Amino acid sequence: MNRETDSILPLELDGVGYAVQGRRLLQGVSLRLEAGTRTIVLGPNGAGKSLLLRLCHGLLEPTEGLLRWGGASGLAEQALRRRQAMVFQRPVLLRRSAFANVTYVLGLLGMPLVARAEAAMAALDRFGLADLAARPARVLSGGEQQRLALARAWAMEPDILFLDEPTSALDPSSTLAVEMAIHDFHVAGVKIVMTTHDLGQARRLADEVIFLSRGQLIEASPAATFFKGPVSGQARAFLAGELVC
Amino acid sequence: MLDLAAALSSAMALVTSLDPQMLVIVRLSVLVSGSAVLLAAVIGLPLGALLALSDFPGRGALVVAINACMGLPPVVVGLVVYLLLSRAGPLGEFGLLFTPSAMVAAQTVLVLPIVAALSRQVVADLWEEYGEQLRSLGASRPAVVATLLWDGRFSLLTAILAGFGRASAEVGAVMIVGGNINGVTRTMTTAIALETSKGDLALALGLGIILIGLVTAVNAAVFLLGHVARRRMG
Amino acid sequence: MLKRIMIVAAMLFCAAPQVSAQERFITLASTTSTDQSGLFGHLLPMFRAETGIWVRVVAVGTGQALKLGERGDADALLVHDRAGEDKFVAEGFGIDRRDVMYNDFVVVGPKADPAGVKGAPSVAEAFKRIAATKAPFASRGDDSGTHRSELRIWKSAGVDVKAAGSGWYRELGSGMGPTLNTAAGMNAYALADRGTWAGFKNRQSLVIVSEGDRSLFNPYGSILVNPARHAGIKAADAVVWHRWLTGPKGQAAIAGFKIDGEQLFFPDSK
Repeated sequence: MNRETDSILPLELDGVGYAVQGRRLLQGVSLRLEAGTRTIVLGPNGAGKSLLLRLCHGLLEPTEGLLRWGGASGLAEQALRRRQAMVFQRPVLLRRSAFANVTYVLGLLGMPLVARAEAAMAALDRFGLADLAARPARVLSGGEQQRLALARAWAMEPDILFLDEPTSALDPSSTLAVEMAIHDFHVAGVKIVMTTHDLGQARRLADEVIFLSRGQLIEASPAATFFKGPVSGQARAFLAGELVC
Repeated sequence: MLDLAAALSSAMALVTSLDPQMLVIVRLSVLVSGSAVLLAAVIGLPLGALLALSDFPGRGALVVAINACMGLPPVVVGLVVYLLLSRAGPLGEFGLLFTPSAMVAAQTVLVLPIVAALSRQVVADLWEEYGEQLRSLGASRPAVVATLLWDGRFSLLTAILAGFGRASAEVGAVMIVGGNINGVTRTMTTAIALETSKGDLALALGLGIILIGLVTAVNAAVFLLGHVARRRMG
Repeated sequence: MLKRIMIVAAMLFCAAPQVSAQERFITLASTTSTDQSGLFGHLLPMFRAETGIWVRVVAVGTGQALKLGERGDADALLVHDRAGEDKFVAEGFGIDRRDVMYNDFVVVGPKADPAGVKGAPSVAEAFKRIAATKAPFASRGDDSGTHRSELRIWKSAGVDVKAAGSGWYRELGSGMGPTLNTAAGMNAYALADRGTWAGFKNRQSLVIVSEGDRSLFNPYGSILVNPARHAGIKAADAVVWHRWLTGPKGQAAIAGFKIDGEQLFFPDSK
């Protein structure tokens, strides 16, 4: 699969908002996510970071505004979904072996049965899980489970990978493993969109930062610019507050 | 007067002698209830899953109806199935009345609501946990149903066992559609009813003890298998 | 895993004795009283040995047996309610009703006999005494042949049990056996057929308190279900059974059936 030529990216959001029972949780978000870069979504609790990811990924329908995949003309919704992957804060793994968790998604993607085993082992091996292939996924440690979720996403060969607080429940060494995995995805040309609370992690990984506060997009700028001198007061306060803590 | 000791010793005598007539009865009971549960599972598991996952007008009413049907009186079910299978009824030409097939049909009707209602609950709970991930993976509706049923297999086994318990314990439906014909449609429960009506309470209770033992054994076996598998699978 | 259980179960059942193939069979609707006396266990193997036909007995009350016949769910009947039988034939549901045998009813009651039934000159008088003392009476109440006979005796005794109220007359809506179980449990009088009584084990304090009256005569009839009414009735084999039962061999077999040396049914086919 050639990610350079037939990627579904860029993703354009035009005035996207989301309301539940009249409460507007996100509003007026317009931005453009380009292929290849690592975009980190920052903001205080309740800013709408996870919500933004779910809207982009298509798990939720925006109640206002438009969302457009630039490279995906003519792709049906399900086909579009299969070019994306998402890793959640708590990985949801099926009650079967680590190996079977990976072959399961390959089956969903329509890969022929004979090809699945090899592809699954390759993905597990890449994230250091080859020895655990036969173990039931649910008895793995938290870090191993998250790596398995990443291996599963890897096997899908997505154009874009969403990660929602993927390391917030993990110890430092597992966090490091996940960050290395994210790096691998990046090197392979996969667009990264990730939320995090960990500013150090954001500095390590970000090419570009999207800063949200109270359901609104406050800033979208290159990482270097954002961390050196945020334009908005909210972002300054956020960075300062987090750094002090 | 009857005492439990007499019943116990008559149960022991039945078991140790391996009375061929009793073996036929036990075999038929398990075969009929087992087939009914199997059929009910084949229909009820996907039905329960669909009820958990899809939204359509009247879904709530259907859920309430199925839940209510968990308590269907076996005699009523037996009567309805009898009227359907009777030679004067719409399905009379198949000659199924007073055969094990008729008993399977009646018990399937009894067990189906239990399996469907409990599996709806199991699948709905699993969907809470898995829904976002499965949608993220782009799983189609049939794939979602299959995945949730398989991942809920231990809880669903309990639902199926509940169905087996109801099927093997009921007498009202099999009595009417089976006719309690010696050697053909006589099950544990109809035999117990017969011996009770003959006033042979010790033999009736002895058969009852065997039935309870059988159901306990099935439950214990499934529990153990589930326990081991659950420990392995997490 | 489930598959493994099923395989084990399948193996278990292949080892168990198979129900013999019953290719050729008829369905006979009969009464619990006949079935529970053990008569069929005596007759059917002989019939089968001679003709190769299995007879599947569905034992219910006479009222339900006639209903099964009406709906074509049995091929032949063996019941005991002459009035009901004649009506069944007159309405075209059955053909060729024949006398088969008779036994008799007995009145059973507690040994202490609180109503003083023992020694009553007739069964009607016995019933009058039960009503007069309001001693508990357990009635089948299930529209069976026995129940219908009981109601006829009450009528001849001039007692209106529908109006009896006051709780001494108890309609159980049960078969003969359960009725006897209940009567034994509450020391009640009851009308029973001699066959079921002879085979009944849970008597407790019950004994026979009245027997032998002409109105306790209990004749059984064999009727063929009219094959013209429903498709699928096994008329040819049913006729073989019908003729055998009312012929010399069947009649001799009925006379030969005894419990504890006592003959229970008396053949009376003409």
